[in-house]
Amino acid sequence: MAVVPPPTRRRKRRMDVVVKVVNIPLDWLEERSGLVGGVKYFLFRKVPRDTNWFHTLGSATLTAFLVQLGTGVILAMYYKPTPDEAYESIRHITHDVTLGWLVRGMHRWGASVFIILLFLHMGRVFLFGAYKYPRELNWLVGVLILPLALLMGFTGYLLPWDQTAYWATVVGINLNGTGPFVGPLLGQFLRGGDEIGADTLTRFYAMHMLLLPGALFALIGLHLYLVVRLGVSSPPWSKSAAGRDRPEPEASRDGGLMQPGPRGGRPRGE
Amino acid sequence: MGFAVGIACVLVGLVVSRPAAIAGVVITLIFAFLWARDVMSPDRKAAEEPEPKPAEEPDEERYPRNVFLELTTLGLGGVIGAIVTLPVLGFAVLPAFTADDPGGVDLGPLDNYPENEWREVTFLLDPAAGEVSRRTTFVRYNGESNGQPSMTLISNRCVHLGCPAQAGGPRQDEEREEIETEQAALVMTPIQPANFSCPCHGGAYDTEGNRIAGPPVRALDRFKYSIVNGNLTLLEPYSVGSVEGTGADAKITAYGIQGPGEHVDGLSAFLYPIQPQDLEG
Repeated sequence: MAVVPPPTRRRKRRMDVVVKVVNIPLDWLEERSGLVGGVKYFLFRKVPRDTNWFHTLGSATLTAFLVQLGTGVILAMYYKPTPDEAYESIRHITHDVTLGWLVRGMHRWGASVFIILLFLHMGRVFLFGAYKYPRELNWLVGVLILPLALLMGFTGYLLPWDQTAYWATVVGINLNGTGPFVGPLLGQFLRGGDEIGADTLTRFYAMHMLLLPGALFALIGLHLYLVVRLGVSSPPWSKSAAGRDRPEPEASRDGGLMQPGPRGGRPRGE
Repeated sequence: MGFAVGIACVLVGLVVSRPAAIAGVVITLIFAFLWARDVMSPDRKAAEEPEPKPAEEPDEERYPRNVFLELTTLGLGGVIGAIVTLPVLGFAVLPAFTADDPGGVDLGPLDNYPENEWREVTFLLDPAAGEVSRRTTFVRYNGESNGQPSMTLISNRCVHLGCPAQAGGPRQDEEREEIETEQAALVMTPIQPANFSCPCHGGAYDTEGNRIAGPPVRALDRFKYSIVNGNLTLLEPYSVGSVEGTGADAKITAYGIQGPGEHVDGLSAFLYPIQPQDLEG
């Protein structure tokens, strides 16, 4: 226990000044945007008493995604997505650019960490039964996030443009090509033509750094919104949550998109 | 709506012709006047008032303004969205299916191919694209057949998933030759293959390209060829179900080129009814 000295009057006054200095800009912001209240609501929302470490897997996955986002943006400043320069620019990043080896390493290994954490998080949600009512929709959003993340891995794997990258992508695209009926067309689309070449590389690059991250960003936002709205589920062995009545479904009171009913966004109380 | 048409007329007219622009101005002014009068009229104000609950019944009978606005907003929004989106989507998808055929590749004088010997030839499929378009074919001269030179040109791409198949047997790298042709440099290496096999998943083929082991679903692809001014010219590839016989006497069941892993014969061939090159004009 830290020893807290009894507050003297002078101390107290100084403390008041500090609080004021911090609060004035925050109040200014809050009055105009409501952001402070929103952040407070997000950070200090109620969670069940008996959550445990497994509940942190989702946040860990999010952190891994943010690391990929940050390192990826920096790597894009040095990478050149053309057949003649791609391999050389990766070599340049790894060996010449200051700390390039570290950032590229974080991105390269972080990709695996992201995928592994995704699956662990998914396993946690499945085994805890956290996908059940009212959180089915969030499971579905997660199911959309998973293939996008795998596609991130697939498109990113080509970018070093070495023999492994090239032939792994040849095999990967041709695997897609063996899909019945639409397979050959899908393969052609992924290649951007009959053969893997410059168009394939730039196309994978654009998908890897613009299309897929954008889609992932939107879906993760939706995922988090639903987590906050629906609250964190108790573990299956929880006693406190057992025997509670189901909350009345709120959505049914709304009149649909055309005639907005009572405003949504209220959390279900504990 | 008339107002919008007038504005559109002005804009188009400014680009195309002056009379159209003047007509647009007139239309715009007329409808602006009508619109202004409409806005001022007491009917409009009444319509904007939130109607009390009991008045809902007559509201259902006529075609209410808010429904009209809702539908026009959605409809126009949809049209604008489509005008913006469709060309972009087409740009994203269509170029993959409209690539030009790079045409034949000069594989050098026929004298470079002694009878019944194999050469591994690497060439640039599209010299403009550079080294990324380097491809490999195994070439054998089968002698003359009916007075015409008979060649076997087997693609090295494994028909399982497209890895490069290798020649199994001796290989004279010290006799490797680089030959300059009109298009690009060729690299020719003498080989004596007993078979061809793929390092990725263990697919193996005999020297006619028939599958002898592993996961491939058909025989190795081949290239059509022609002799132009005494030079061997490689033409478009085609897929092969199986080959009976060898060399010049080989009977090849040929199909249009298909992707690796796609069946060309048997029931499974029905899984691949549309090939990308069928769509190319």
